[in-house]
Amino acid sequence: MAEKKLMKGNEALAEGTVRAGCRFFAGYPITPQNEVPEYLSWRLPEVGGSFVQAESEVSAINMIYGAAATGVRCMTSSSSPGISLKQEGISYCAGADLPFFYANVCRGGPGLGNIAGAQGDYFQSTRCGGHGDYKVFVMAPDSVNEMANFPRKCYEVAYKYRIPTMVLADGIIGQMMEPVEFKDPEIDVEKLPKLDWTLGVAGSRGKRIVNSYDLAEDMLEKMVLARVEKYKEIEENEVMYEEKQLDDANIIIVAYGTAARVSLAAIKMARDKGIKVGLFRPITLWPYPKKRLSELGDKVKHFLTVEMSTGQMIEDVQLSLNGKAKTYLHSKPGGSIMAAEDVLETIESISKKGAKEYATTK
Amino acid sequence: MQLLNKRPESLVDMKMHYCPGCSHGIIHRLVAEVMDELDIRNRTIGIAPVGCSVFADKYFNCDMIQGPHGRGPAIATGLKRTTPGAIVFSYQGDGDLASIGMAEIVHTAIRSENITVIYVNNAIYGMTGGQMAPTTLIGQKATTCPHGRDAKLTGDPIKMSEMLATIEGAKYIERTSVHTAPNVIKTKNAIKKAFENQINNGGFSMVEILSTCPTNWKLDPVKSLKYVNDNMTKVFPLGVYKDSKGGE
Repeated sequence: MAEKKLMKGNEALAEGTVRAGCRFFAGYPITPQNEVPEYLSWRLPEVGGSFVQAESEVSAINMIYGAAATGVRCMTSSSSPGISLKQEGISYCAGADLPFFYANVCRGGPGLGNIAGAQGDYFQSTRCGGHGDYKVFVMAPDSVNEMANFPRKCYEVAYKYRIPTMVLADGIIGQMMEPVEFKDPEIDVEKLPKLDWTLGVAGSRGKRIVNSYDLAEDMLEKMVLARVEKYKEIEENEVMYEEKQLDDANIIIVAYGTAARVSLAAIKMARDKGIKVGLFRPITLWPYPKKRLSELGDKVKHFLTVEMSTGQMIEDVQLSLNGKAKTYLHSKPGGSIMAAEDVLETIESISKKGAKEYATTK
Repeated sequence: MQLLNKRPESLVDMKMHYCPGCSHGIIHRLVAEVMDELDIRNRTIGIAPVGCSVFADKYFNCDMIQGPHGRGPAIATGLKRTTPGAIVFSYQGDGDLASIGMAEIVHTAIRSENITVIYVNNAIYGMTGGQMAPTTLIGQKATTCPHGRDAKLTGDPIKMSEMLATIEGAKYIERTSVHTAPNVIKTKNAIKKAFENQINNGGFSMVEILSTCPTNWKLDPVKSLKYVNDNMTKVFPLGVYKDSKGGE
């Protein structure tokens, strides 16, 4: 068994990325993700990689666009406002079918907001935050251990399907310390398969082009539709979720990240009071586990979404259930965390007859 | 019979979309001739910008990437740092480099990334239809300054070569033009030097090339060349602005 280490979420993410083969990072300082570039500034040179503190998030994502085009595993990280700035570049990467990995250690917004953990970037992450029609593979960790191990999965998916992939963590997961175990052996980048689309020293092969445009009639449509086929495959093969105490549940809480941890505490209190409630935790936010939620909707009739936003993921819950069950929201926006006691109160109000469709914000 | 001249290997044999009298074709050819002469075509990655030269990714016969407006130097940084064995050049216009991409060009020079920048300055936005550029001359008409550029409202044309020459990491900066045959030859020599500098790990190099835009200047090709000579070279004097030894 691998050795356990006590690590901060952001550092675990950085180390996990290096172990997954990352050899280039470009980023710009922003709280609460600063430990990622700080860690990589010394760690990447140790493994022969390159670290750049860019002049802006816009430059950083374009350095990634260049690096990704050479096939080298690369990464950028930021927090909400910085991720907004990177959206144009992410769209270019998606449009040029370039695989790479990035992390958003989400803070309170909109605007400058605050530097506390939040989940207000759910729509931006799952609904293509930049311009045009595209998707990004999104993983939501709820522990430091998942921060350490998700980058590897992200690179696997990124290179298998040639799409951008991301970890959407809230600032709390980024800042807290927990024991970490790196499950998989470190990737030897020399042994990664040679790719047939990368730019570089061409030698005798012909020229290659990386771009995201086609002005000829119908051609862009064809490019976009080809990508849709790829997205269907990802929705079929790459969905991840976790279920806890669902066997006898007649209320299901749907939550990810820190909100899922708070929900677990509330579930324990509710079960002590005899209320049968369980947790459904989406791990991939895109592709969303809608098939499984729909199945659960055949048996269970009350779904409470708990999220640190004004209610964004609840739309995916409702789309998945498609009217099969009642949906409720317990929301806490603006970088605040809900108290387990308040979530318990919402659970209790749902379990009582005549609960309102939407629970109030606490 | 002896073949005296032919298309460089580094240019793809296809029709270019450039307007009659535009200087991009000449500049493309010079870059391609230099790639041939230095025998670097098979290890060169070029970056096509947004603007008139967006299709340069099709024209140059080497690996090419087309990226967001103004970000060529950042893309070049990512390419070069992950593939140090490649020769990387960024081809940019004045709207691209001197307006939206100002931060990228300045900081790439500050880091002295070992890349080559070909900066084509025609003092106007060509592809979008003739809007004012940061390099538009005082009094010059454009679709967003129909009465001529007024310094009181929009400031003066920006001189990128002069500005970048103040940066320690900028190792070779020269401004040339292609409006006469001798100037074409000087430009080719400058481009060659900028690539040689990269081959020798010399650090950041840029050649600024004054260029024509007959379509949006509303001048015929011959008058456009005269406009470069009579007006542009007065505001943008030709010459070497920086030539310091870097690298090995």
